[in-house]
Amino acid sequence: MSIFVDSDTKVVYQGLTGSQGRYYGLLNRDYGTQVVAGTNPRKAGTDVDGIPVYATVAEAVAETGATASCIFIPAPGVHDAVMEAARGGVEFIVAITEGVPAHDEADLYNRLRRDFPDVRLLGPNCPGIISPGECNIGITAGHIALPGGPVGIVSRSGTLTYQALYELKEKGIGCTTCVGIGGDPVPGTSFIDCLAAFEADPETKAVMMIGEIGGSAEEEAAEFIADHMTKPVSAYVAGVTAPPGKKMGHAGAIVSGGRGTAAAKMDALRDAGVRIGLNPTEAGEHMADIVADLG
Amino acid sequence: MDLFEYQGKQFFARYGMPVSPGEIAFTVEEAVAAAERIGMPVMVKAQVHTGGRGKAGGVKFAATIDDVREHAANILGLDISGHVVGRVWIELASDIAEEYYASFTLDRSARKHLGMLSAEGGVEIETVAEENPDAIAKVWIDPVDGLDEAAARAWVAAANLPEAAVEGTVDILQKLYTAYVDGDADLVEINPLILTPDGRVHVLDAKVTLDGSAVFRHEDYAVFDETQTRDERETAAHARGLQYVGLDGSVGVIANGAGLAMSTVDVVNQVGGSPANFLDIGGGANADVMAGALEVINNDPAVRSIFINIFGGITRGEEVANGIIGALERVRIDAPIVIRLDGTNAEEGRAILEPHLSDTLQMAPTMLEAARRAVELAASAGTDENREA
Repeated sequence: MSIFVDSDTKVVYQGLTGSQGRYYGLLNRDYGTQVVAGTNPRKAGTDVDGIPVYATVAEAVAETGATASCIFIPAPGVHDAVMEAARGGVEFIVAITEGVPAHDEADLYNRLRRDFPDVRLLGPNCPGIISPGECNIGITAGHIALPGGPVGIVSRSGTLTYQALYELKEKGIGCTTCVGIGGDPVPGTSFIDCLAAFEADPETKAVMMIGEIGGSAEEEAAEFIADHMTKPVSAYVAGVTAPPGKKMGHAGAIVSGGRGTAAAKMDALRDAGVRIGLNPTEAGEHMADIVADLG
Repeated sequence: MDLFEYQGKQFFARYGMPVSPGEIAFTVEEAVAAAERIGMPVMVKAQVHTGGRGKAGGVKFAATIDDVREHAANILGLDISGHVVGRVWIELASDIAEEYYASFTLDRSARKHLGMLSAEGGVEIETVAEENPDAIAKVWIDPVDGLDEAAARAWVAAANLPEAAVEGTVDILQKLYTAYVDGDADLVEINPLILTPDGRVHVLDAKVTLDGSAVFRHEDYAVFDETQTRDERETAAHARGLQYVGLDGSVGVIANGAGLAMSTVDVVNQVGGSPANFLDIGGGANADVMAGALEVINNDPAVRSIFINIFGGITRGEEVANGIIGALERVRIDAPIVIRLDGTNAEEGRAILEPHLSDTLQMAPTMLEAARRAVELAASAGTDENREA
């Protein structure tokens, strides 16, 4: 079992004809993902290595039964691309693109909730999602993920997501689903959305969480864990030594006015019963202990 | 991108908000000439990207031209929390009856825009929030709905502004919201928003932070980018399109992805070292990007060793390896380098690096191990230098 995507998920790639879209679209297909279509209004009727290209997501859905979309469109076009996907009838949208303006993200979040409450957006500025052995959408290197569970992963950081998968694989621990929610100010999918889905997924027995400085998503997740999670959680928060007031790359990763520090986040998570690793390797070791105790 | 006060006021003026006439001056002579054109009395205001200007003596009232000369001379070159004043804003002074506060920013938890309005302006809003939270009227605005006049009116009523200020404030709040949204700002703040004795509501200060990701919609924002406060290393990195934050240690850090770069900085600290910087090279680690990153690190005299930490996802291992080799051919690096390479096509990448390895170009299997080695190398490089001295 997995959350959000599985072997039945059929994906249309918006931007499949671009260099990034083509590279990762084909890589995802090689992994076993059902890559059923691409879109590009100027290249409708052509194909990318056998994958048919349609003018719009709506056409792709009508022709192929696509249930999800993956967006490799440059930042200026992401808002329109997400809305096109939602209107086109997919239920799950993964936006990989980084550098999307915060106002576009805030508008998207609220617009989707209002007009398409059943559509889930992951990202923007995220690595995507992988249910190992079933479906890989985005830029995660599939071979670093071991299928089969029992761990679910949710992460705000791209490369640290891979690091987490890798730490677990080194220890022979599999993963049900690994969700990269991205580090932007208004992500479509939150820690809490993923924690709730993992809590409900019978195959997931424990959850590993990767957070980072800035905002209050980790603190909110800690509250949710304390109130609603029965499954054990381990976590790592990046940016312990980040100086305040400096933007650490992500739009989201900034410590301001003493708020959003790694220390505060780790305290909140620890109080919620989460086992904290001080580096990704230690978080992986905690998870190995948790998995061993599951019996 | 943080704007100076005068840039913020010019930004607000585009959206029809009432600001005072003024001019920017880089020298005492320019300040005097500006004051003569504007007419007395004026305010002489330090332009820095930090708060606490008033307390530091960076904001002065000038009744005469001699006052302007004296204040400008004192303020230009003044150090305000590490920011040296390089320009002053000369503005026609306003009579003040009352001071208010108004701002918009994104509430990430609520995923909505947060508007704050208070009849207690002119002081730090954090202080008001702490001592008298009820004095701040907050509204959460759904970006899809926006802020209409009725909502603005109800909000002003909730803030208990006096009758004389209501119409002017309702008007300014709507324009401020438009500036915030259409201008792609992360923050717009007016503190104080004033009521003059003759009943006008007027913008007396401006704090604006623009979203750097939205520059594609605003070509004219390039002018604001040029006036950002950066140290020499940060300027060099910015020119190469790299995400760089200067720190004060001896281990140069290059990583791909903000999270991994932050984590690398953390791990270097954990094993007893001190990072010289945070540097995220982002997705593509080709020779150009890697060479640029190495140049930036190499120009930092404090760097004793370099830790390159790459986990390939969007970046493929062989690209990274070829990038590093290509960069090393172009840039002469003084400090020893430790590379940790994992992820997509990591084995292919490591195979490319293998024949190039030496005492000064090492490879380590894990992040922790690589950090330890980089810290050791930094420490022994420091010792060698001490011996030579």
